[in-house]
Amino acid sequence: MAADSTLLLSLVEEYVSGLQDSKAKDTATGIKDGQFTILQLVEALGLSLTSSQPHTRARGVQLLSEVLQECHEGLTEGEVEVLIAFFENRLKDHYVITPPVLQGLRALTKCTVLPPGSAVSMLRSLFQDVHVQSLMLTERSCVYKMLINLMESREAELKGLGADFVFGFLQSMDGERDPRNLLLAFQIANNIIHRGYDLGKFAEELFEVTSCYFPIDFTPPPNDPHGISKEELVQMLRNVLTGTPKFAEFLLPLIIEKLDSDVLSAKLDSLQTLTACVSQYEHKDLAEFLEGLWASLRREVFQTSSEKIESAGLDALTAITSCLSRSVLNSDSEDSLCTFLDLVLRDCKHHLSEPDLKLVWPSAKLLQAACSASNRASHIITAAVMPSLLEQYDNRTQCSHRRTILEVVQRFVQSVKTSQSAEKEESVFVAFRPSLCTMVFSALNENNSSLQKTATSVLTSLAQQPGLLLDSDIELAVDHLTKLLLAEEDEGVSLAVVECAGALAELYPEAFITKLIPRLKMEMFSDPIDQDNNRAVSEHQSHHAVCKRCLSALAAVSTQARIVHESTPVLLEVLSSAHTGSVGFSVDQVVLACRSLQRIAEKVQDTEETGRCFHDLVIPRLLSLSLQAALQGEESSGHRSPLLEESVLSAMVPVISTSCSRLQPALAEQTALKAVSLFLNGDVSSLPNNSFPSHIQLLKQQGDSWSQSQLVCLLMGCVCSLPRSVEVPQVEQLLSELEEMSCTCTHPLSYTSAAKCFAGLINKRPQGEDLDRLIQRTMKRVYTELDSASSSACTQAFTLLVWVAKALLLRYHPLSTTLTDKLFSLLDNADLGPMAAESFSLLMSDTTDLLNRGCHADVRIMYRQRFFSENSAKLVQGFNAAPQEKKTNYLKALSNIVNNLPKQVQISELPRLLSLLLEALSCPDQAVQLSTLSCLEPVLADPLPALIQQLEALINRLIALNSSPAMSVRIASLRCIHAVSHFPEHEILPFRARVLRALARPLDDKKRLVRTEAVRARGEWFLLGSPGGR
Amino acid sequence: MSGGTHLENANPVIFQRTGERLQTATEEDEDFHDPIDDREIFDMIRSINDPEHPLSLEELNVVEQIRVKVNDAESIVGIEFTPTIPHCSMATLIGLSIKVKLLRSLPNRFKIDVHITPGTHASEDAVNKQLADKERVAAALENSSLLEVVNQCLSTKSS
Repeated sequence: MAADSTLLLSLVEEYVSGLQDSKAKDTATGIKDGQFTILQLVEALGLSLTSSQPHTRARGVQLLSEVLQECHEGLTEGEVEVLIAFFENRLKDHYVITPPVLQGLRALTKCTVLPPGSAVSMLRSLFQDVHVQSLMLTERSCVYKMLINLMESREAELKGLGADFVFGFLQSMDGERDPRNLLLAFQIANNIIHRGYDLGKFAEELFEVTSCYFPIDFTPPPNDPHGISKEELVQMLRNVLTGTPKFAEFLLPLIIEKLDSDVLSAKLDSLQTLTACVSQYEHKDLAEFLEGLWASLRREVFQTSSEKIESAGLDALTAITSCLSRSVLNSDSEDSLCTFLDLVLRDCKHHLSEPDLKLVWPSAKLLQAACSASNRASHIITAAVMPSLLEQYDNRTQCSHRRTILEVVQRFVQSVKTSQSAEKEESVFVAFRPSLCTMVFSALNENNSSLQKTATSVLTSLAQQPGLLLDSDIELAVDHLTKLLLAEEDEGVSLAVVECAGALAELYPEAFITKLIPRLKMEMFSDPIDQDNNRAVSEHQSHHAVCKRCLSALAAVSTQARIVHESTPVLLEVLSSAHTGSVGFSVDQVVLACRSLQRIAEKVQDTEETGRCFHDLVIPRLLSLSLQAALQGEESSGHRSPLLEESVLSAMVPVISTSCSRLQPALAEQTALKAVSLFLNGDVSSLPNNSFPSHIQLLKQQGDSWSQSQLVCLLMGCVCSLPRSVEVPQVEQLLSELEEMSCTCTHPLSYTSAAKCFAGLINKRPQGEDLDRLIQRTMKRVYTELDSASSSACTQAFTLLVWVAKALLLRYHPLSTTLTDKLFSLLDNADLGPMAAESFSLLMSDTTDLLNRGCHADVRIMYRQRFFSENSAKLVQGFNAAPQEKKTNYLKALSNIVNNLPKQVQISELPRLLSLLLEALSCPDQAVQLSTLSCLEPVLADPLPALIQQLEALINRLIALNSSPAMSVRIASLRCIHAVSHFPEHEILPFRARVLRALARPLDDKKRLVRTEAVRARGEWFLLGSPGGR
Repeated sequence: MSGGTHLENANPVIFQRTGERLQTATEEDEDFHDPIDDREIFDMIRSINDPEHPLSLEELNVVEQIRVKVNDAESIVGIEFTPTIPHCSMATLIGLSIKVKLLRSLPNRFKIDVHITPGTHASEDAVNKQLADKERVAAALENSSLLEVVNQCLSTKSS
């Protein structure tokens, strides 16, 4: 014990006189370990605390405070009481002692055993003896943290202080300048307001002290270690100012004043604060300021220069209106909502009758903002504006005016939609329903495309108003839409009509099943040529266009199972009559029918019902029709079925793959089983219209006939898109037949599809020796074909190699490296080099028909980055070693790879590759130039240091490409020069004169597209470094 | 745009923008020579910003395609523009912006003539004379505050 006390004395001595700060820590550890107690420490400090030198006393207190910060948890209530009394007393001492005293007090505020009453006494002496704003930054922050600590633990006691507490705080923070401390001070103010402290008569003072910072204008210094952002301060201050309705009478005039400011951020902050505060207010808080607020808001929206301000202004108007709508009306008080909306209507309504003037839109937006605030507001406003809008539509004769009115009406309908709640109230527009319908239908009949387009969107909005339109209205609407679909030539209008039909069909399927679908079917199957042979070709073309629109409309309306049941048979009938030739559908139309089936499969809900429709009806029918066509092709009768065409088969694939990947896995499994047994065993029993011969072998090419072998692409669509949980039947045999076919077949679609199907299956096979053996066996065969110079199956083997490489690369299979290395080595090959270079684009890009996530393929994230980082060095090495005439292949491969990388990776990898890319720009191959330019252009959007270092070389090469003989290269290089104009001004200013001179020539290019780019780029370079420019 | 300033014409008539020019097959043909035509010139100037409103000259109908005449073979361009009101004080500035835009965008073989549509402005002759005078245009562009306003009219809106 004696040893301990000498140790303690020496620690104190070394800290106080020796000024060794580390001793505080040692002392604290000693106390925590129980070597000595606080009491002993105070005794040991005795001499320093009573010294006549203020600095020694300060040092003594500091040791005590620092120790307390470490071990305030172990103190007893008695000790705390004594220590607080001591510290409070020390506050009256010399000013150098104040900082450590405050630290000590702050440590004590964290004690859990704070005796009752001590918080109050601490604060009383603090407010009495310390002038906070004359303290240093850290001490001020210490005071705020004390207050925050006490507010957390002793709320009841502080509230007992009443308004004195608020007053004390106000005195402490008045004049605070440091953003770090302001955050703390705002937090305290926020607590005072939100936790119900008594503001007494100090509400205005509290507002004054905090509102003087509004609006916050603060830019953190660069490399700010404290990480305080302007947004943080703005948000904290906004919480304080908008916290209580007691501030309303002060805040609202302030906001009106600040809205006059020229600074955009101040306006924006004011508007957002306004929106925030009125959510707390009642109508009586707002009443006397409504006129002023409205004048400011109106001005901001009418004369706005920024969309942000406009939308903030509209939000504020909505907030004010909904605040007024909440108020409970007394019989004697006036209805402030009505008064306010009268103001709004007075200033805005008359602008709505001038549809060609600028203010029609701002006025409409303001009215709609108010309209969307509440049900009552929307009733008042629509009652006031709708009759005049409807009347105007009838009176105006110019289409542009009518269109503006329609658009305004549509916005009103939409603004009300958002405000209506679940409660079953009558739609605001019920009273106007007949005239609205008349207006829309008359606009649909108008001979003006933009008017018609607007009318379709109004119709959609009206239909989405719950319970507004009657069944008879819908039927009429469907009639109008059908008429437009069949008669309207304008592409834009038909697109809008199809979209509108889709939206309506979701809400009212019945009308579409009974009216639209039968009508479309009738129209498609009426053959114009049969009716009258003399009709001209144009007639035929228009029938073709009608069919096209009907097909896309069928897809658009098929969003619900009920409609799908009606629409898919029609589409299948198109296919089958095209096949038999009973109705003369062209190949294009058949492709479109398949697209429509695909769109339905993509969009429709995955239910048992729709799943059955696709797996039991659509897919078997597709297989059966294409098999019939294939068998017929051999008989070579007069009519050649369009279902033999590659484009039709390629359009069928996504129908099958989408249904197998999306709809009902259990049913998909059965479909796969049927498909595999059809292709492997020639089992035709599952197909409808079964009149097939029993000896078909679809995976064997018979002679030169490809009509059967190409069907393998349908098999691919089915088995490659199954969920991974579904087992592919007879997979071993299937793989080996596919391998055989892809290596020996001579028909491109057949062997490519076989290779893709093989790859798609490999990608999903479980990892293991079986798989490795399979790959090695296949690759051995591929390599033999590739290495034998005279092999006729070289292209086939190469195709298989690329697809298998892709399948393995996607899943990070260890063997993928050997395959891609083989591809790299082929870049030097005289025959396959260009093909190998192209293949990297396939390797790195997403494929739509298989090997993607939609088809449940095994795709690891960031496989591209991984491939690139593992192989870029090889590529650079190969480039340097290659003979001159082969370098192009390497550059092409590189630009194919880099083009497909995510932009983030491009940017990080660019420094290493830049010299190679610049080399590629001077490569004479136009394809390389073009692909390098297209890869550079997005990267140029962010000026990287590496690029800036090479600016001279970059600009020279880009300028040189301006005179390329290829138009596309000239255009791309001009776009890049345009992008460079956004680099930091000081870097590119030296090049300005040269670039402007160089760009004068393409201004007179013989191609307009080049000139347009040159004009754009030159304009930007002119603005560079010029006043008012950039 | 602050609360105090008042616009000369706060509620002007707004016209619809024409769509993008449709690309034709000949424009994509490498060997075909596309002549510079009226629409191409109009496309250069239609997106110039109005000095007062956040609107383009096209939307205010200050420039119209029918008032643009170009002769590519003889290298002549003639443009008429129509101020929104007869006393518009911005007329000279608008004319200057159009002229500068064309000087920057056309090959220098062209002679550029910009003037006010006859009968649409109170001091038509004075403005036309200023715009036709090469020396005065050059001098105006030496004035950095004037150049600043012109550049603001010509800068593309940041999206």
